[in-house]
Amino acid sequence: MKKVYSRPKSLKPAHFHYCPGCGHSIVNRLIAEVIDEMNLGDKIICVAPAGCGMLIYNYFDVDCLESAHGRGAAVATGIKRVRPDNLVVSYQGDGDLAAIGTAESFHAANRGENITIIFVNNGVYGMTGGQMAPTTILDQVTTTTPVGRISEKAGHPVRMCEVLAVLDGTSYLERVAVHKPAAIVATKKALVKAFQHQMNKTGFSMVEILSPCPTNWKMDPLQACKWVEDVMSKQFPIGLVKEVQC
Amino acid sequence: MKKLMSGNAAAGEAAVLAGCTCYFGYPITPQNELTEYMAKRVPEAGGVFIQSESEIAAINMVLGASVAGARAMTSSSGPGISLKQEGISYLAADELPAVILNMVRGGPGMGNISPAQSDYLQATRGGGHGDYRTIVLAPSSVQEIADLMPLAFDLAEKYRNPVVVLGDGMLGQMMEPVEFDHIKKPEPVAKDYILTGAKGRPSRMVRSLIFDVKEQEEHNWKLARKFQRIEQNEVRYETHLVDDAELVVIAYGTAARIAKGAIARLRQEGLKVGMIRPITLWPFPTKIIQETSKTIHDFFVFEMSAGQLVEDVKLSLEGKGRVHFYGRPGGVIPTPVELFRIISRHCYQIQRVKKS
Amino acid sequence: MVTQATKGYIEIDQERCKGCSFCIEYCPKKAIFLTDKLNLKGYFVATYKEGNGCTGCAICAIVCPEVAIEVYRGGTA
Repeated sequence: MKKVYSRPKSLKPAHFHYCPGCGHSIVNRLIAEVIDEMNLGDKIICVAPAGCGMLIYNYFDVDCLESAHGRGAAVATGIKRVRPDNLVVSYQGDGDLAAIGTAESFHAANRGENITIIFVNNGVYGMTGGQMAPTTILDQVTTTTPVGRISEKAGHPVRMCEVLAVLDGTSYLERVAVHKPAAIVATKKALVKAFQHQMNKTGFSMVEILSPCPTNWKMDPLQACKWVEDVMSKQFPIGLVKEVQC
Repeated sequence: MKKLMSGNAAAGEAAVLAGCTCYFGYPITPQNELTEYMAKRVPEAGGVFIQSESEIAAINMVLGASVAGARAMTSSSGPGISLKQEGISYLAADELPAVILNMVRGGPGMGNISPAQSDYLQATRGGGHGDYRTIVLAPSSVQEIADLMPLAFDLAEKYRNPVVVLGDGMLGQMMEPVEFDHIKKPEPVAKDYILTGAKGRPSRMVRSLIFDVKEQEEHNWKLARKFQRIEQNEVRYETHLVDDAELVVIAYGTAARIAKGAIARLRQEGLKVGMIRPITLWPFPTKIIQETSKTIHDFFVFEMSAGQLVEDVKLSLEGKGRVHFYGRPGGVIPTPVELFRIISRHCYQIQRVKKS
Repeated sequence: MVTQATKGYIEIDQERCKGCSFCIEYCPKKAIFLTDKLNLKGYFVATYKEGNGCTGCAICAIVCPEVAIEVYRGGTA
């Protein structure tokens, strides 16, 4: 028989440190598959965030830089302006992108930097133990919203794709998810599209990925996937938010 | 050929001539002339200029450009430098070269926009979190700004460490004739640590997160050994009329320039006063101060801050010699006459003590 | 090991498996099961049971967060 699926070449042999059922692992694998299939291994420069995604340089066998918390879009800007022919991809979580790094993300998008942000939205600060994130939905219990997120006290969940869509510099913004097979396939397609946008120099591209965090949501992995489907994707509608001609 | 230029513009011109291809900055007085100069000059030279959304973004763009292999710089003043400290710490941890110019103003907090030297400790102690140092160069004229900018880039690349050029509002905004002919474009060097895409070589990673404490300790010691090498090799200072002096002024930058004026008057009065002017504030010229203390016992520290440089002088002397201190913080610009009066009083006091 | 009737099969790297059950949930043929065997990391691991009509559709590999599954398809072994 023929091997039809095996480990992508751009993944190092290291075992993932992510918790069981974590969406980061699936996103990491999809990125590696896209790097392989689009033959980007010698062209891509990845920027790792602070947060659960920060160890991607232990997994991707490509050039990687670890940025300070929230500064991914700024360092990616610096790299891309010096090396416009490389593919520069910043991997960021919700706290990184939409709280501490809002200014950097917003203005890189507004300048229309030819970079791609892969935004893993799991609605909590995972690595620090499940505190409220800017994308925590209302009534969601976290360690810093023990009675659930109350808008009067803690604000509302931020829809970053929609926020950035109003900026003229953005060229491709899509929200996808990794909680079921069809969604995972769609996520991979979105990654390919985002990279194509960057290669065609159309401007800022971002793929927002709704991602289960069973550990901090205090659910088992399958419940977490169901929660993405039933609850999270109602707050963050899955689908294309903006695309200019590629 | 000499050109009449402000210190800010001269810093920019010297940087471009020294191969700086990336400038990222955010407006703040008193260094805006540099950002404005670079907005025109860097793109002309084929480089990258971005007016960033914040100081934090600017220093992180510098980090990105540096990791991509370019000579990159940013500039600011006190409050903006505080914001940049996060990125400076990461640059030091990642061992990436960068040049940061600080045209210091009065502080703390918002302070004012008048020249000061109040960021001395911030600059010489690293300023950000963690165990690291930055090389600190302190020019005292517009020409010296032009001379030190290329050195700043060379040292940053040689040691793979951020270098701070510490001026002040006066140096940034005053205009003086300045010569650039001696600045040569650097030969391109192969950098084996930069990220270019893993073409024809194994992939690289640049990071500062080291969970393993042993590994982190080793990284810290590695940095410490590098800082020791810098202390051994890169101390720079100027001595002025020290040989026959009975009192030695220690001052840097604008303060040293004011002191020089005062010393000329003191000498006219027959008072034997000399000066040691640190050009590198870190590494600090400890040895020359120690050696001087074998024959001269009185040191007069003059700074436009409330007692920062004086700490390093005392540390250098290790209890030997008498340290007199005169500071004018808050953006006050002292005059040579004022300093002449203060120093002459000390000189007469020293003479009285000697006689008795 | 592989019978003629089987269109495909999978191999699970049990040391990578964290027992999340995604492959078990989404396998259209229900050919994967959770065992009571612990791996070195301390997780109960998933195992593939032949004879349940695996088609090599690779859905298990698509959902596997740990990249622990290799999929074989077509012809005889």
